[in-house]
Amino acid sequence: MLVTLPALGQQTGNMLIRNATVLTITKGTQANTDVLIKDGKIAQVGKSLTAPTGYTVQDATGMFVMPGIIDAHSHQGIDAINEWTAPVTAEVAVGDAINPFDVALYRALAGGVTTIHAMHGSANAIGGQCQTLKLRYGVLEPEALRMQGAPRTIKFALGENPTRVHGGGNNIVPRTRMGVEFVMREAFSKAKAYAAAVDTYTKAKTQKGFRGAPPEYNYRLETLAEILKGNIIIHCHSYRADEIYMMLQVCKDFGIKKIVFQHVNEGFKVAPELAAYGAMASVFADWWAYKFEVYYSTAYNAAILTRNGVTTSINSDDPELMRHLYHEAGKTQKYGALSDDEALALITLNPAKQLGIDHRVGSIEVGKDADLVIFQNHPLSVYGVPQVTIVDGVVRFDRTKDADDMRLAVDPNEPVEAVELQQRDHDSCLEGLDGAFDTIFGLN
Amino acid sequence: MKKLTAFLYTSATVALALAIQPLAAQSQKSTHATYALTHASIETVTKGVIQDGTVVISQGKITAVGTSVTVPAGAEIIDCRGRWIYPGMIDANTKLGLSEVASDPRTRDFNEVGDIVPQMRALTAVNPNSVLIPVTRVSGVTTVIATPEGDLMPGTAALINLHGYTPDQMFAGFEGVVIMWPQSGRRGGFDKRTDEEIKREYDKRINKLNEAWQKAGEYHKIDSALQSKGVTYYPEMQALLPVVRGERPFIIQVDVARDILNALTWVREKKVKKVILSGVSEGWRVATEIAKANIPVIAGPVLAVPTRDYDRYDKAYANPGLLHKAGVKVALGTTDDRGNVRNLPYHAGYAAAYGLGREQALKAVTIVPAEIFGVADRLGSIEVGKNATLLISDGDPFETKTTIHQVFIDGWKIPMKSRQTELYDEFLQRTPGVTKQ
Repeated sequence: MLVTLPALGQQTGNMLIRNATVLTITKGTQANTDVLIKDGKIAQVGKSLTAPTGYTVQDATGMFVMPGIIDAHSHQGIDAINEWTAPVTAEVAVGDAINPFDVALYRALAGGVTTIHAMHGSANAIGGQCQTLKLRYGVLEPEALRMQGAPRTIKFALGENPTRVHGGGNNIVPRTRMGVEFVMREAFSKAKAYAAAVDTYTKAKTQKGFRGAPPEYNYRLETLAEILKGNIIIHCHSYRADEIYMMLQVCKDFGIKKIVFQHVNEGFKVAPELAAYGAMASVFADWWAYKFEVYYSTAYNAAILTRNGVTTSINSDDPELMRHLYHEAGKTQKYGALSDDEALALITLNPAKQLGIDHRVGSIEVGKDADLVIFQNHPLSVYGVPQVTIVDGVVRFDRTKDADDMRLAVDPNEPVEAVELQQRDHDSCLEGLDGAFDTIFGLN
Repeated sequence: MKKLTAFLYTSATVALALAIQPLAAQSQKSTHATYALTHASIETVTKGVIQDGTVVISQGKITAVGTSVTVPAGAEIIDCRGRWIYPGMIDANTKLGLSEVASDPRTRDFNEVGDIVPQMRALTAVNPNSVLIPVTRVSGVTTVIATPEGDLMPGTAALINLHGYTPDQMFAGFEGVVIMWPQSGRRGGFDKRTDEEIKREYDKRINKLNEAWQKAGEYHKIDSALQSKGVTYYPEMQALLPVVRGERPFIIQVDVARDILNALTWVREKKVKKVILSGVSEGWRVATEIAKANIPVIAGPVLAVPTRDYDRYDKAYANPGLLHKAGVKVALGTTDDRGNVRNLPYHAGYAAAYGLGREQALKAVTIVPAEIFGVADRLGSIEVGKNATLLISDGDPFETKTTIHQVFIDGWKIPMKSRQTELYDEFLQRTPGVTKQ
């Protein structure tokens, strides 16, 4: 007897969303339109659809429906961020430390987010592997949050962070941007040699009478070799134009095509080069001046990149910002006059492309995952308020049923009245190192 | 040869034109004249909306507002058909001018050594040439309070207009002494102090505050008796004198509910005459008590996560609305020290959408902070006699789709340029592109 088991914890729903203004992203804006969801997928988009029996009906008259928001840069939903013990740590994966209890995930849902790219930090030039998560908040198994089938991704980092941690803190290469380039080239050269040795061995061992040992297994080099083969997408923390250009040259020399630059505050200065290479960019809407390498930034970055043909997204890298990415996308209308569809693509279809999941999510199309948000008022308006957030056809946030305490578990040691009001003063990419910085530098 | 000369000549002219034009376009010089802003929708804030109206600006002041205004001879006319006029927005909690690059201690001038140092003045440490200032004012935020931060009494905050080259030119008429209210509770899971240690530390800090306040009272008596003549140099006490006499408020930075209550009790017991509460993230928990004390608040940031994991996700958005509903006078502040004071209108927009309402949110960034700082005779609304500090937009300034077309500060027409717009102009279509001819 054959039993098909659904992926662990993967609940899916059936639902009819009725009479909404549907912002499809790829097929324009459709007024007075229904969206039919079957088994967690979008089954039909059209007028006057009927709900089969057993389907929940969600009236959305006067409301807007858009695809679930995708955050291409987050550190939520994971318990470990920085394995900062070496400049290259391709062997570790944040997917081994998924935390389904993180209340930030629920708060993100309340901001319309349905998929996040949970990333390793930026302490190392080559950091660990990242994990694309679906915000199935309420499910207790860590594994159930993984977006099955999403391509592998890995964090790289340039500039102040890796040089500060390793050169400054540990007195090892890299201390400068020269060193960062060297670390990249050395790692890929070793990976290339490793892959060649594995290849030679694999071919030779089929020969009759072959006597020899395989190369010593090395998961770090194995992972880097997978990047060279195009099986892992690089997401590279970067700020300055020079280091971005350097990384493009490294990719070119090693035949690496799949690279997304993260933060990339000075991406606008090398936008033609990024576009020509096919590299993508995931930026803040307007963050700057929190450290020196972002002093020469402009909030027009996303618009300049978009106009130059670079596939661009807007990310949060922050548990607060991630709750209003639709508002962040709206800022590109002030800074560069992007159209509604262009602005919304920055937080839906474009980040989906950057994570290699655009065939699954990022627009409202038949066959795609039913990850949707229902808004009161247009999502690009400052008065837009997410009402219902749906993941795989399952309602994961409903403003009318929202209670105060949405934690799934309470740490018995957690103080009742504790409040942490420290402002975060830079991107959270160095999270987990605060203690170390106090020791090393006496500053945060 | 002739051809070549002609070519060179043409190239030189073109090169020269290219070299000069951007310079002219990037001029940061503001201008000053009599202006008539005609055919505008005017959001006065205090007296409703005037359609198809005119605002006349002369000698830095608003000299006429209305539908039947005579445009003075020689006035420069700015046609505002399809445009809106709003008062300049006031951010009531920032470090603008005191912090340039947030992570670089060399550019942070808000945090002086010492626990009771009210004599440290923000006004004279503000950098009038900060790159952050033009970035802020072109978004319609014209006036901010620059606030010291640090230990118990880290200094005296100052209200500044975002135009001018010296503190005198920027000063907007208000200073207040900052208190960072001591936290009585555990800061978080990482805070491993015992309950006794926490209490001991809190008591120690409160004692310091009490001691300073008591001394200030005595200093006031001596100073009054001697009519300010022959009093020993005592800078801390001199800075506290105006607070004791009710000429200046304490601005108490406090967030946690229990700490807010402690601060209210202290203010009552010490009979402090003028007080403003600032931050008040958990103001909503004790809103009735704040209202009863009749103390105004500067709430914010609005775009923030709730202070406690068990709180509803939108509590920070809702805080200003809940405070207002309880009867508290609420202005807004971003608390930003990373170049994004320009987002004040969006903090206001969120407060509006989550309970404060648009009308009150607008007041909370214009007339209310002007009243709280005692400068409502000069700022906060479009009225005759007030400073001509205003913005011209093509719509609701809280919306990201809206463009701010012009800003006036004290009657000066501000260039709508910042380093961020200059980078846009240079890089939207970079030349050379990928290949250099």
